[in-house]
Amino acid sequence: MKKLFKIIFGILFILFPCATNAQHSKGLLSIGFNHYVDSLLLKLDSTEYKNELGQTYKVGMFKYYICNIRLKKLDGKEFVSKEYFLINEDIEESKKIILNDIPEGTYSTLVFTIGVDSAHNCSGAQSGALDPTNAMFWAWNTGYIFMKLEGKAATSSAPGKIFEYHIGGYKDPNYNIRKIFFPLKENVLIEKNKTAEIKMRVNVSEILKDPTTIDFSKLPSVTDAQNGGIIADNYRDAFSVGK
Amino acid sequence: MNKKGPIILLITLSILLLGFISKLEYSISKKDVALIIPKGFPKPSYDFSNNKLSPEIFTIGRKLFYDPILSKDSSTSCESCHQRVAAFAHIDHALSHGIDNKIGIRNVPALQNMIWKDSYMWDGGVNNLEVQPLNPITSSIEMNETLPNIILKLKKNKEYVSLFKKAYKDTIINSERVLKSLAQFTGLMISADSRYDKYIAGKDTFSFQEKSGLNLFKLKCASCHKEPLFTDNSIRNNGIQPDTSLNDIGRGKITNLEADNYKFKVPSLRNIEMTFPYMHDGRYKKLKDVLNHYSSSASHNKTSDSEINKIGELNDKERKDIISFLLTLTDREFLNDRRFVDPNRK
Repeated sequence: MKKLFKIIFGILFILFPCATNAQHSKGLLSIGFNHYVDSLLLKLDSTEYKNELGQTYKVGMFKYYICNIRLKKLDGKEFVSKEYFLINEDIEESKKIILNDIPEGTYSTLVFTIGVDSAHNCSGAQSGALDPTNAMFWAWNTGYIFMKLEGKAATSSAPGKIFEYHIGGYKDPNYNIRKIFFPLKENVLIEKNKTAEIKMRVNVSEILKDPTTIDFSKLPSVTDAQNGGIIADNYRDAFSVGK
Repeated sequence: MNKKGPIILLITLSILLLGFISKLEYSISKKDVALIIPKGFPKPSYDFSNNKLSPEIFTIGRKLFYDPILSKDSSTSCESCHQRVAAFAHIDHALSHGIDNKIGIRNVPALQNMIWKDSYMWDGGVNNLEVQPLNPITSSIEMNETLPNIILKLKKNKEYVSLFKKAYKDTIINSERVLKSLAQFTGLMISADSRYDKYIAGKDTFSFQEKSGLNLFKLKCASCHKEPLFTDNSIRNNGIQPDTSLNDIGRGKITNLEADNYKFKVPSLRNIEMTFPYMHDGRYKKLKDVLNHYSSSASHNKTSDSEINKIGELNDKERKDIISFLLTLTDREFLNDRRFVDPNRK
Protein backbone atom coordinates (compact mmCIF):
# COMPACT_ATOMS: atom_id res chain seq x y z
CA MET A 1 0.00 0.00 0.00
CA LYS A 2 2.74 2.43 1.00
CA LYS A 3 4.60 1.56 -2.19
CA LEU A 4 1.52 2.33 -4.28
CA PHE A 5 1.25 5.79 -2.67
CA LYS A 6 4.91 6.43 -3.38
CA ILE A 7 4.42 5.50 -7.04
CA ILE A 8 1.32 7.67 -7.41
CA PHE A 9 3.09 10.55 -5.69
CA GLY A 10 6.08 10.06 -7.95
CA ILE A 11 3.93 10.11 -11.08
CA LEU A 12 2.14 13.25 -9.91
CA PHE A 13 5.46 14.89 -9.24
CA ILE A 14 6.69 14.06 -12.72
CA LEU A 15 3.46 15.19 -14.31
CA PHE A 16 3.06 18.48 -12.46
CA PRO A 17 6.48 19.76 -11.64
CA CYS A 18 5.69 23.13 -13.22
CA ALA A 19 2.79 23.76 -10.88
CA THR A 20 4.95 23.34 -7.82
CA ASN A 21 7.84 25.29 -9.31
CA ALA A 22 5.60 28.12 -10.45
CA GLN A 23 4.45 28.78 -6.92
CA HIS A 24 7.99 29.37 -5.86
CA SER A 25 8.98 31.59 -8.74
CA LYS A 26 6.56 34.37 -7.98
CA GLY A 27 7.21 37.59 -6.19
CA LEU A 28 5.42 40.68 -5.00
CA LEU A 29 5.40 44.32 -5.92
CA SER A 30 4.38 47.19 -3.72
CA ILE A 31 3.37 50.45 -5.31
CA GLY A 32 3.27 53.48 -3.06
CA PHE A 33 1.27 56.55 -4.05
CA ASN A 34 2.71 59.73 -2.61
CA HIS A 35 0.62 62.83 -3.02
CA TYR A 36 2.20 66.22 -3.57
CA VAL A 37 1.28 69.71 -4.57
CA ASP A 38 4.32 70.57 -6.64
CA SER A 39 7.22 70.23 -4.20
CA LEU A 40 5.12 70.06 -1.01
CA LEU A 41 3.60 66.89 0.42
CA LEU A 42 -0.19 67.11 0.27
CA LYS A 43 -1.79 67.91 3.59
CA LEU A 44 -5.56 67.87 3.84
CA ASP A 45 -7.45 70.90 5.15
CA SER A 46 -4.36 72.74 6.36
CA THR A 47 -1.74 73.93 3.89
CA GLU A 48 -2.78 76.62 1.45
CA TYR A 49 -1.59 76.07 -2.12
CA LYS A 50 -1.69 78.25 -5.20
CA ASN A 51 -2.88 77.27 -8.67
CA GLU A 52 -1.53 78.52 -12.01
CA LEU A 53 -3.65 81.65 -11.76
CA GLY A 54 -2.37 82.47 -8.29
CA GLN A 55 -5.69 81.50 -6.68
CA THR A 56 -5.23 79.98 -3.23
CA TYR A 57 -6.88 76.71 -2.25
CA LYS A 58 -6.92 73.98 0.37
CA VAL A 59 -7.56 70.33 -0.44
CA GLY A 60 -10.16 68.55 1.69
CA MET A 61 -10.46 65.26 -0.14
CA PHE A 62 -8.42 63.39 -2.69
CA LYS A 63 -9.19 59.83 -3.74
CA TYR A 64 -9.15 57.83 -6.96
CA TYR A 65 -9.34 54.36 -8.47
CA ILE A 66 -6.45 52.48 -10.00
CA CYS A 67 -7.02 49.26 -11.94
CA ASN A 68 -5.81 47.02 -14.75
CA ILE A 69 -2.23 47.31 -13.58
CA ARG A 70 0.14 45.67 -16.05
CA LEU A 71 3.83 45.03 -15.86
CA LYS A 72 5.71 44.34 -19.07
CA LYS A 73 8.98 42.50 -19.45
CA LEU A 74 11.54 43.41 -22.06
CA ASP A 75 10.54 40.33 -24.06
CA GLY A 76 6.96 41.60 -24.18
CA LYS A 77 5.55 39.15 -21.62
CA GLU A 78 2.96 40.75 -19.38
CA PHE A 79 1.67 40.43 -15.87
CA VAL A 80 -1.91 41.65 -15.50
CA SER A 81 -3.56 42.37 -12.15
CA LYS A 82 -7.33 41.92 -11.90
CA GLU A 83 -7.60 43.95 -8.71
CA TYR A 84 -9.23 47.34 -8.11
CA PHE A 85 -7.72 49.81 -5.70
CA LEU A 86 -9.21 52.91 -4.14
CA ILE A 87 -6.39 55.22 -3.12
CA ASN A 88 -7.46 57.75 -0.51
CA GLU A 89 -5.20 60.48 0.87
CA ASP A 90 -7.13 60.25 4.13
CA ILE A 91 -6.44 56.53 4.62
CA GLU A 92 -2.72 55.85 4.97
CA GLU A 93 -2.97 52.08 4.28
CA SER A 94 -4.75 52.71 1.00
CA LYS A 95 -1.74 54.54 -0.39
CA LYS A 96 0.42 51.46 -0.61
CA ILE A 97 -0.89 48.61 -2.71
CA ILE A 98 0.60 45.15 -2.97
CA LEU A 99 0.41 42.96 -6.07
CA ASN A 100 0.89 39.23 -5.55
CA ASP A 101 1.88 36.31 -7.74
CA ILE A 102 4.04 38.18 -10.22
CA PRO A 103 6.27 35.85 -12.23
CA GLU A 104 9.97 36.39 -11.63
CA GLY A 105 11.84 38.57 -14.07
CA THR A 106 12.86 42.03 -15.04
CA TYR A 107 10.05 44.39 -15.90
CA SER A 108 10.56 47.59 -17.82
CA THR A 109 7.10 49.10 -18.25
CA LEU A 110 4.24 49.83 -15.87
CA VAL A 111 0.76 50.49 -17.22
CA PHE A 112 -2.42 51.26 -15.31
CA THR A 113 -5.83 52.80 -15.62
CA ILE A 114 -7.00 55.75 -13.57
CA GLY A 115 -10.63 54.96 -12.92
CA VAL A 116 -12.72 51.84 -13.43
CA ASP A 117 -12.94 50.02 -16.78
CA SER A 118 -16.21 50.02 -18.72
CA ALA A 119 -17.12 46.41 -17.88
CA HIS A 120 -17.03 47.07 -14.16
CA ASN A 121 -19.17 50.17 -14.58
CA CYS A 122 -21.94 47.87 -15.82
CA SER A 123 -21.53 44.89 -13.50
CA GLY A 124 -24.18 45.76 -10.92
CA ALA A 125 -23.55 45.44 -7.19
CA GLN A 126 -19.91 44.83 -6.26
CA SER A 127 -17.93 44.70 -3.05
CA GLY A 128 -14.44 45.60 -1.85
CA ALA A 129 -12.97 48.70 -3.47
CA LEU A 130 -15.96 48.82 -5.82
CA ASP A 131 -18.57 48.75 -3.03
CA PRO A 132 -20.88 51.76 -3.60
CA THR A 133 -20.64 52.48 0.14
CA ASN A 134 -17.22 53.96 -0.67
CA ALA A 135 -19.17 56.92 -2.06
CA MET A 136 -17.38 56.74 -5.39
CA PHE A 137 -20.51 55.84 -7.35
CA TRP A 138 -23.15 57.77 -9.26
CA ALA A 139 -26.50 56.13 -8.67
CA TRP A 140 -28.72 58.31 -10.91
CA ASN A 141 -26.54 57.92 -13.99
CA THR A 142 -24.80 54.65 -13.25
CA GLY A 143 -21.06 54.71 -13.08
CA TYR A 144 -18.08 54.95 -10.81
CA ILE A 145 -16.48 58.23 -9.88
CA PHE A 146 -12.87 57.70 -10.92
CA MET A 147 -11.45 60.57 -8.95
CA LYS A 148 -12.68 63.01 -6.33
CA LEU A 149 -10.76 66.19 -5.60
CA GLU A 150 -12.51 68.57 -3.24
CA GLY A 151 -11.53 71.58 -1.21
CA LYS A 152 -12.00 75.27 -0.60
CA ALA A 153 -10.85 78.24 -2.62
CA ALA A 154 -11.47 81.88 -1.75
CA THR A 155 -12.07 82.68 -5.41
CA SER A 156 -14.63 79.90 -5.88
CA SER A 157 -17.99 81.04 -7.20
CA ALA A 158 -19.78 78.08 -5.58
CA PRO A 159 -21.73 78.32 -2.31
CA GLY A 160 -19.40 77.86 0.66
CA LYS A 161 -16.40 78.76 -1.53
CA ILE A 162 -15.90 75.10 -2.24
CA PHE A 163 -14.57 73.35 -5.30
CA GLU A 164 -15.39 69.76 -6.16
CA TYR A 165 -14.27 67.73 -9.13
CA HIS A 166 -15.90 64.32 -9.43
CA ILE A 167 -14.63 62.65 -12.56
CA GLY A 168 -16.36 59.65 -14.11
CA GLY A 169 -17.79 58.55 -17.45
CA TYR A 170 -17.22 55.22 -19.17
CA LYS A 171 -19.12 55.54 -22.42
CA ASP A 172 -18.84 57.66 -25.52
CA PRO A 173 -18.99 60.56 -26.03
CA ASN A 174 -17.88 61.03 -22.41
CA TYR A 175 -15.28 58.34 -22.11
CA ASN A 176 -13.04 59.60 -19.32
CA ILE A 177 -11.11 56.45 -18.49
CA ARG A 178 -7.41 57.26 -18.82
CA LYS A 179 -4.72 54.63 -19.23
CA ILE A 180 -1.14 55.61 -18.54
CA PHE A 181 2.19 54.02 -19.50
CA PHE A 182 5.41 54.44 -17.61
CA PRO A 183 8.63 53.26 -19.15
CA LEU A 184 10.57 52.52 -15.96
CA LYS A 185 13.88 54.33 -15.70
CA GLU A 186 15.12 51.62 -13.43
CA ASN A 187 13.84 48.18 -14.33
CA VAL A 188 11.93 46.39 -11.62
CA LEU A 189 13.32 43.05 -10.63
CA ILE A 190 10.76 40.58 -9.31
CA GLU A 191 12.32 37.76 -7.33
CA LYS A 192 10.63 34.85 -5.67
CA ASN A 193 9.09 35.60 -2.29
CA LYS A 194 10.54 39.10 -2.29
CA THR A 195 8.69 42.38 -2.50
CA ALA A 196 9.94 44.86 -5.07
CA GLU A 197 8.93 48.48 -4.73
CA ILE A 198 7.81 51.29 -7.03
CA LYS A 199 6.99 54.74 -5.79
CA MET A 200 4.51 56.87 -7.66
CA ARG A 201 4.49 60.59 -7.32
CA VAL A 202 1.08 62.17 -7.79
CA ASN A 203 1.08 65.91 -8.21
CA VAL A 204 -2.33 67.38 -7.38
CA SER A 205 -1.48 70.72 -8.95
CA GLU A 206 -1.25 68.95 -12.34
CA ILE A 207 -4.94 68.03 -12.02
CA LEU A 208 -5.74 71.72 -12.15
CA LYS A 209 -3.67 72.54 -15.24
CA ASP A 210 -2.15 71.31 -18.46
CA PRO A 211 -3.75 71.28 -20.87
CA THR A 212 -6.62 73.20 -19.24
CA THR A 213 -5.97 75.65 -16.43
CA ILE A 214 -8.85 75.43 -13.97
CA ASP A 215 -10.15 78.75 -12.71
CA PHE A 216 -12.03 78.26 -9.41
CA SER A 217 -14.16 81.29 -10.14
CA LYS A 218 -15.33 79.87 -13.47
CA LEU A 219 -15.41 76.13 -12.91
CA PRO A 220 -15.73 75.37 -9.19
CA SER A 221 -17.58 72.12 -9.73
CA VAL A 222 -17.60 69.18 -12.11
CA THR A 223 -19.96 66.41 -11.06
CA ASP A 224 -20.94 64.72 -14.28
CA ALA A 225 -19.30 62.82 -17.08
CA GLN A 226 -19.94 65.54 -19.67
CA ASN A 227 -17.49 67.97 -18.14
CA GLY A 228 -15.12 65.38 -16.69
CA GLY A 229 -12.99 65.02 -19.80
CA ILE A 230 -11.00 68.19 -19.30
CA ILE A 231 -9.98 67.21 -15.78
CA ALA A 232 -9.26 63.63 -16.85
CA ASP A 233 -6.96 65.00 -19.55
CA ASN A 234 -5.32 67.14 -16.89
CA TYR A 235 -4.70 64.34 -14.42
CA ARG A 236 -3.14 61.85 -16.78
CA ASP A 237 0.19 63.65 -16.38
CA ALA A 238 -0.20 64.09 -12.62
CA PHE A 239 1.31 60.64 -12.14
CA SER A 240 5.00 59.94 -12.44
CA VAL A 241 7.38 57.28 -11.22
CA GLY A 242 9.79 58.44 -8.53
CA LYS A 243 9.61 59.39 -4.93
CA MET B 1 -45.04 26.85 42.36
CA ASN B 2 -48.66 27.90 41.98
CA LYS B 3 -47.64 31.44 41.14
CA LYS B 4 -45.30 30.36 38.42
CA GLY B 5 -47.91 28.11 36.82
CA PRO B 6 -49.83 30.79 34.89
CA ILE B 7 -46.58 32.46 33.74
CA ILE B 8 -45.26 29.20 32.31
CA LEU B 9 -48.63 28.63 30.64
CA LEU B 10 -48.53 32.14 29.17
CA ILE B 11 -45.01 31.66 27.83
CA THR B 12 -45.96 28.31 26.31
CA LEU B 13 -49.03 29.82 24.67
CA SER B 14 -46.98 32.76 23.34
CA ILE B 15 -44.44 30.39 21.81
CA LEU B 16 -47.22 28.37 20.19
CA LEU B 17 -48.87 31.54 18.92
CA LEU B 18 -45.60 32.87 17.55
CA GLY B 19 -45.02 29.55 15.85
CA PHE B 20 -48.46 29.78 14.29
CA ILE B 21 -47.93 33.35 13.07
CA SER B 22 -44.56 32.52 11.56
CA LYS B 23 -46.20 29.72 9.64
CA LEU B 24 -48.42 32.28 7.94
CA GLU B 25 -45.41 33.69 6.12
CA TYR B 26 -45.23 31.96 2.77
CA SER B 27 -42.03 29.98 2.79
CA ILE B 28 -40.01 30.24 -0.42
CA SER B 29 -38.95 26.92 -1.92
CA LYS B 30 -36.38 26.01 -4.57
CA LYS B 31 -39.21 25.73 -7.07
CA ASP B 32 -40.26 29.31 -6.30
CA VAL B 33 -36.94 30.71 -7.43
CA ALA B 34 -36.59 28.69 -10.61
CA LEU B 35 -36.26 31.11 -13.52
CA ILE B 36 -38.68 30.15 -16.25
CA ILE B 37 -38.47 32.21 -19.42
CA PRO B 38 -42.01 32.52 -20.78
CA LYS B 39 -42.56 31.16 -24.27
CA GLY B 40 -41.93 33.81 -26.90
CA PHE B 41 -40.00 36.09 -24.57
CA PRO B 42 -36.50 37.11 -25.67
CA LYS B 43 -33.31 36.35 -23.75
CA PRO B 44 -33.23 38.48 -20.58
CA SER B 45 -30.71 41.33 -20.35
CA TYR B 46 -30.11 40.69 -16.67
CA ASP B 47 -28.05 37.61 -16.02
CA PHE B 48 -28.58 35.70 -12.78
CA SER B 49 -25.31 33.80 -13.23
CA ASN B 50 -23.51 36.31 -11.00
CA ASN B 51 -26.40 36.30 -8.55
CA LYS B 52 -27.35 32.67 -8.23
CA LEU B 53 -31.01 32.36 -7.37
CA SER B 54 -31.68 30.80 -3.99
CA PRO B 55 -34.78 30.66 -1.76
CA GLU B 56 -32.78 32.10 1.15
CA ILE B 57 -31.47 35.10 -0.80
CA PHE B 58 -34.87 35.74 -2.39
CA THR B 59 -36.36 35.68 1.12
CA ILE B 60 -33.94 38.41 2.24
CA GLY B 61 -34.90 40.47 -0.80
CA ARG B 62 -38.58 40.01 -0.04
CA LYS B 63 -38.13 41.10 3.57
CA LEU B 64 -36.08 44.15 2.56
CA PHE B 65 -38.59 45.17 -0.10
CA TYR B 66 -41.35 45.38 2.49
CA ASP B 67 -39.18 46.82 5.27
CA PRO B 68 -39.06 50.57 6.07
CA ILE B 69 -35.63 49.90 7.61
CA LEU B 70 -34.32 51.04 4.21
CA SER B 71 -35.49 54.61 4.91
CA LYS B 72 -33.90 57.12 7.23
CA ASP B 73 -36.79 57.37 9.71
CA SER B 74 -38.21 53.87 9.16
CA SER B 75 -41.27 55.39 7.51
CA THR B 76 -40.92 54.32 3.91
CA SER B 77 -40.36 50.94 2.31
CA CYS B 78 -40.08 50.01 -1.37
CA GLU B 79 -43.66 48.83 -1.07
CA SER B 80 -44.82 52.25 0.10
CA CYS B 81 -44.73 53.25 -3.55
CA HIS B 82 -44.51 49.90 -5.34
CA GLN B 83 -47.74 48.18 -4.39
CA ARG B 84 -48.35 44.60 -5.39
CA VAL B 85 -52.03 45.14 -6.29
CA ALA B 86 -50.92 47.76 -8.81
CA ALA B 87 -48.25 45.58 -10.41
CA PHE B 88 -45.90 47.37 -8.03
CA ALA B 89 -46.78 50.85 -9.28
CA HIS B 90 -48.43 53.38 -6.93
CA ILE B 91 -52.12 53.17 -7.48
CA ASP B 92 -53.93 56.50 -7.81
CA HIS B 93 -50.80 58.58 -7.19
CA ALA B 94 -49.57 60.70 -10.06
CA LEU B 95 -46.17 61.50 -8.56
CA SER B 96 -44.01 59.50 -6.19
CA HIS B 97 -44.50 60.11 -2.47
CA GLY B 98 -41.48 59.82 -0.21
CA ILE B 99 -40.21 60.52 3.25
CA ASP B 100 -41.61 63.52 5.24
CA ASN B 101 -44.56 63.86 2.84
CA LYS B 102 -42.23 64.89 0.05
CA ILE B 103 -43.45 64.58 -3.51
CA GLY B 104 -41.23 63.61 -6.40
CA ILE B 105 -41.39 64.65 -10.04
CA ARG B 106 -42.22 61.31 -11.66
CA ASN B 107 -44.91 58.65 -11.64
CA VAL B 108 -43.93 55.39 -9.91
CA PRO B 109 -43.34 52.80 -12.64
CA ALA B 110 -44.67 49.25 -12.39
CA LEU B 111 -42.17 46.53 -11.50
CA GLN B 112 -42.53 43.60 -13.84
CA ASN B 113 -40.35 41.77 -16.33
CA MET B 114 -37.42 43.76 -15.00
CA ILE B 115 -34.80 41.34 -16.31
CA TRP B 116 -35.74 42.20 -19.89
CA LYS B 117 -35.01 45.90 -19.44
CA ASP B 118 -31.67 47.20 -20.62
CA SER B 119 -31.86 50.32 -18.46
CA TYR B 120 -33.89 51.51 -15.50
CA MET B 121 -35.69 54.66 -14.32
CA TRP B 122 -37.81 56.83 -16.63
CA ASP B 123 -34.65 58.40 -18.04
CA GLY B 124 -32.77 55.11 -18.49
CA GLY B 125 -29.91 56.41 -16.34
CA VAL B 126 -29.35 53.14 -14.47
CA ASN B 127 -27.59 50.34 -16.33
CA ASN B 128 -28.08 47.34 -14.07
CA LEU B 129 -31.03 46.02 -12.05
CA GLU B 130 -28.81 45.50 -9.01
CA VAL B 131 -27.87 49.15 -8.60
CA GLN B 132 -31.31 50.61 -9.29
CA PRO B 133 -32.42 50.59 -5.60
CA LEU B 134 -29.57 52.99 -4.75
CA ASN B 135 -31.66 55.76 -6.28
CA PRO B 136 -34.82 55.60 -4.18
CA ILE B 137 -32.77 54.67 -1.09
CA THR B 138 -30.48 57.69 -1.28
CA SER B 139 -32.93 60.20 -2.77
CA SER B 140 -33.67 62.93 -0.23
CA ILE B 141 -37.30 62.95 -1.32
CA GLU B 142 -37.79 59.19 -1.30
CA MET B 143 -36.04 57.21 1.46
CA ASN B 144 -33.23 59.64 2.29
CA GLU B 145 -30.97 56.95 3.74
CA THR B 146 -27.33 56.05 3.14
CA LEU B 147 -26.07 52.64 2.15
CA PRO B 148 -23.50 52.39 4.98
CA ASN B 149 -26.22 53.21 7.51
CA ILE B 150 -28.49 50.49 6.15
CA ILE B 151 -25.67 47.96 6.49
CA LEU B 152 -25.17 49.09 10.10
CA LYS B 153 -28.87 48.72 10.87
CA LEU B 154 -29.04 45.27 9.30
CA LYS B 155 -25.99 44.09 11.23
CA LYS B 156 -27.74 45.05 14.46
CA ASN B 157 -30.98 43.33 13.49
CA LYS B 158 -31.17 39.74 14.74
CA GLU B 159 -33.63 38.61 12.09
CA TYR B 160 -31.46 39.83 9.23
CA VAL B 161 -28.29 38.50 10.84
CA SER B 162 -29.86 35.05 10.94
CA LEU B 163 -31.31 35.30 7.42
CA PHE B 164 -27.95 36.31 5.94
CA LYS B 165 -26.20 33.55 7.86
CA LYS B 166 -28.70 31.03 6.54
CA ALA B 167 -28.26 32.25 2.98
CA TYR B 168 -24.50 32.65 2.83
CA LYS B 169 -23.21 30.39 5.63
CA ASP B 170 -21.11 33.25 6.99
CA THR B 171 -21.67 36.49 8.89
CA ILE B 172 -20.94 39.03 6.16
CA ILE B 173 -23.63 41.62 5.46
CA ASN B 174 -22.58 44.08 2.77
CA SER B 175 -24.16 46.26 0.12
CA GLU B 176 -23.48 43.74 -2.65
CA ARG B 177 -25.52 41.11 -0.83
CA VAL B 178 -28.30 43.54 0.03
CA LEU B 179 -28.59 44.76 -3.57
CA LYS B 180 -28.34 41.29 -5.07
CA SER B 181 -31.09 39.97 -2.81
CA LEU B 182 -33.37 42.80 -3.91
CA ALA B 183 -32.48 41.98 -7.53
CA GLN B 184 -33.56 38.36 -6.97
CA PHE B 185 -36.89 39.49 -5.57
CA THR B 186 -37.68 42.08 -8.24
CA GLY B 187 -36.00 40.09 -11.03
CA LEU B 188 -38.42 37.21 -10.58
CA MET B 189 -41.44 39.52 -10.91
CA ILE B 190 -42.45 38.10 -14.25
CA SER B 191 -45.81 38.85 -15.76
CA ALA B 192 -46.65 36.55 -18.65
CA ASP B 193 -49.95 34.97 -17.69
CA SER B 194 -52.58 37.52 -18.69
CA ARG B 195 -55.61 36.75 -20.82
CA TYR B 196 -53.61 38.07 -23.77
CA ASP B 197 -50.88 35.48 -23.11
CA LYS B 198 -53.46 32.72 -22.83
CA TYR B 199 -55.08 33.89 -26.07
CA ILE B 200 -51.73 33.84 -27.88
CA ALA B 201 -51.08 30.35 -26.50
CA GLY B 202 -54.49 29.25 -27.76
CA LYS B 203 -55.82 28.68 -24.24
CA ASP B 204 -58.37 31.49 -24.16
CA THR B 205 -60.58 33.35 -26.59
CA PHE B 206 -61.00 37.05 -27.29
CA SER B 207 -64.28 38.84 -27.89
CA PHE B 208 -64.82 40.48 -31.25
CA GLN B 209 -64.03 43.85 -29.66
CA GLU B 210 -60.82 42.58 -28.06
CA LYS B 211 -59.67 41.09 -31.34
CA SER B 212 -60.35 44.32 -33.14
CA GLY B 213 -58.47 46.14 -30.37
CA LEU B 214 -55.47 43.85 -30.76
CA ASN B 215 -55.37 44.45 -34.51
CA LEU B 216 -55.57 48.19 -34.05
CA PHE B 217 -52.92 47.97 -31.35
CA LYS B 218 -50.56 46.17 -33.69
CA LEU B 219 -51.11 48.83 -36.31
CA LYS B 220 -50.99 51.93 -34.14
CA CYS B 221 -49.11 51.22 -30.92
CA ALA B 222 -46.86 48.18 -31.25
CA SER B 223 -43.95 49.95 -32.91
CA CYS B 224 -43.01 51.28 -29.47
CA HIS B 225 -45.05 48.99 -27.20
CA LYS B 226 -43.67 45.87 -28.81
CA GLU B 227 -45.04 42.44 -27.97
CA PRO B 228 -44.57 40.38 -25.91
CA LEU B 229 -43.02 42.81 -23.39
CA PHE B 230 -45.17 45.69 -24.66
CA THR B 231 -42.16 47.96 -24.76
CA ASP B 232 -39.20 48.10 -27.10
CA ASN B 233 -37.12 49.48 -24.20
CA SER B 234 -36.43 52.64 -26.17
CA ILE B 235 -36.39 56.18 -24.81
CA ARG B 236 -38.65 58.55 -26.71
CA ASN B 237 -40.52 61.80 -26.61
CA ASN B 238 -44.20 60.85 -26.55
CA GLY B 239 -45.36 64.34 -27.43
CA ILE B 240 -46.93 65.49 -24.19
CA GLN B 241 -46.36 69.13 -23.36
CA PRO B 242 -43.70 69.52 -20.67
CA ASP B 243 -45.10 70.41 -17.25
CA THR B 244 -43.24 73.61 -16.41
CA SER B 245 -43.89 73.15 -12.70
CA LEU B 246 -41.85 69.92 -12.76
CA ASN B 247 -39.16 71.05 -15.15
CA ASP B 248 -38.18 67.45 -15.88
CA ILE B 249 -36.12 67.10 -19.06
CA GLY B 250 -35.90 63.31 -18.75
CA ARG B 251 -33.19 61.66 -20.82
CA GLY B 252 -31.52 64.99 -21.51
CA LYS B 253 -30.36 65.09 -17.91
CA ILE B 254 -28.49 61.84 -18.43
CA THR B 255 -26.87 62.61 -21.77
CA ASN B 256 -26.71 66.44 -21.65
CA LEU B 257 -27.88 66.39 -25.27
CA GLU B 258 -30.62 68.83 -26.17
CA ALA B 259 -32.04 66.33 -28.63
CA ASP B 260 -32.73 64.00 -25.70
CA ASN B 261 -34.71 66.53 -23.70
CA TYR B 262 -38.20 65.34 -22.69
CA LYS B 263 -37.51 61.77 -23.72
CA PHE B 264 -38.61 59.00 -21.33
CA LYS B 265 -38.54 55.22 -21.38
CA VAL B 266 -41.41 53.54 -23.20
CA PRO B 267 -43.23 51.74 -20.36
CA SER B 268 -44.63 48.25 -20.71
CA LEU B 269 -48.42 48.15 -21.00
CA ARG B 270 -48.77 44.91 -19.10
CA ASN B 271 -51.19 45.27 -16.16
CA ILE B 272 -52.05 48.76 -17.39
CA GLU B 273 -55.53 48.43 -15.90
CA MET B 274 -53.91 48.58 -12.44
CA THR B 275 -51.14 51.12 -12.98
CA PHE B 276 -53.15 54.32 -13.30
CA PRO B 277 -52.55 57.22 -13.46
CA TYR B 278 -50.53 57.26 -16.67
CA MET B 279 -47.52 58.89 -18.34
CA HIS B 280 -44.18 59.68 -16.71
CA ASP B 281 -45.77 62.43 -14.64
CA GLY B 282 -49.07 60.68 -14.02
CA ARG B 283 -51.04 63.42 -15.73
CA TYR B 284 -53.75 61.18 -17.20
CA LYS B 285 -56.12 59.34 -14.90
CA LYS B 286 -57.81 57.16 -17.46
CA LEU B 287 -56.78 55.15 -20.49
CA LYS B 288 -59.17 57.17 -22.61
CA ASP B 289 -57.16 60.30 -21.74
CA VAL B 290 -54.03 58.56 -22.98
CA LEU B 291 -55.70 57.59 -26.24
CA ASN B 292 -57.03 61.13 -26.63
CA HIS B 293 -53.48 62.35 -26.45
CA TYR B 294 -52.07 59.94 -29.00
CA SER B 295 -54.85 60.39 -31.51
CA SER B 296 -54.88 64.16 -31.56
CA SER B 297 -51.63 65.22 -33.16
CA ALA B 298 -52.43 68.91 -32.63
CA SER B 299 -51.43 68.72 -28.98
CA HIS B 300 -48.06 67.12 -29.63
CA ASN B 301 -44.94 69.10 -28.92
CA LYS B 302 -42.47 69.90 -31.68
CA THR B 303 -39.87 67.34 -30.69
CA SER B 304 -42.23 64.38 -30.37
CA ASP B 305 -41.21 61.03 -31.78
CA SER B 306 -42.03 60.45 -35.44
CA GLU B 307 -43.87 57.22 -34.57
CA ILE B 308 -46.45 59.26 -32.63
CA ASN B 309 -47.52 61.22 -35.67
CA LYS B 310 -48.16 58.01 -37.61
CA ILE B 311 -50.99 57.05 -35.24
CA GLY B 312 -53.45 59.49 -36.76
CA GLU B 313 -56.99 60.17 -35.63
CA LEU B 314 -58.71 57.34 -33.76
CA ASN B 315 -62.51 57.31 -33.71
CA ASP B 316 -64.60 56.47 -30.66
CA LYS B 317 -65.07 52.85 -31.57
CA GLU B 318 -61.37 52.37 -32.26
CA ARG B 319 -60.46 53.87 -28.91
CA LYS B 320 -62.90 51.63 -27.07
CA ASP B 321 -61.63 48.57 -28.92
CA ILE B 322 -58.02 49.35 -28.04
CA ILE B 323 -58.93 49.85 -24.39
CA SER B 324 -60.84 46.57 -24.28
CA PHE B 325 -57.71 44.89 -25.62
CA LEU B 326 -55.46 46.65 -23.11
CA LEU B 327 -57.58 45.24 -20.29
CA THR B 328 -56.65 41.72 -21.40
CA LEU B 329 -53.08 42.50 -20.29
CA THR B 330 -54.07 42.27 -16.62
CA ASP B 331 -52.27 39.30 -15.10
CA ARG B 332 -54.13 38.11 -12.00
CA GLU B 333 -51.71 35.24 -11.47
CA PHE B 334 -48.88 37.76 -11.18
CA LEU B 335 -50.81 40.23 -9.03
CA ASN B 336 -51.74 37.48 -6.58
CA ASP B 337 -48.48 35.54 -6.70
CA ARG B 338 -47.81 34.34 -3.14
CA ARG B 339 -44.05 34.76 -3.55
CA PHE B 340 -44.46 38.53 -3.73
CA VAL B 341 -46.92 38.97 -0.87
CA ASP B 342 -45.70 40.99 2.12
CA PRO B 343 -44.22 38.35 4.46
CA ASN B 344 -45.34 40.35 7.49
CA ARG B 345 -48.96 40.48 6.39
CA LYS B 346 -51.13 38.67 8.91
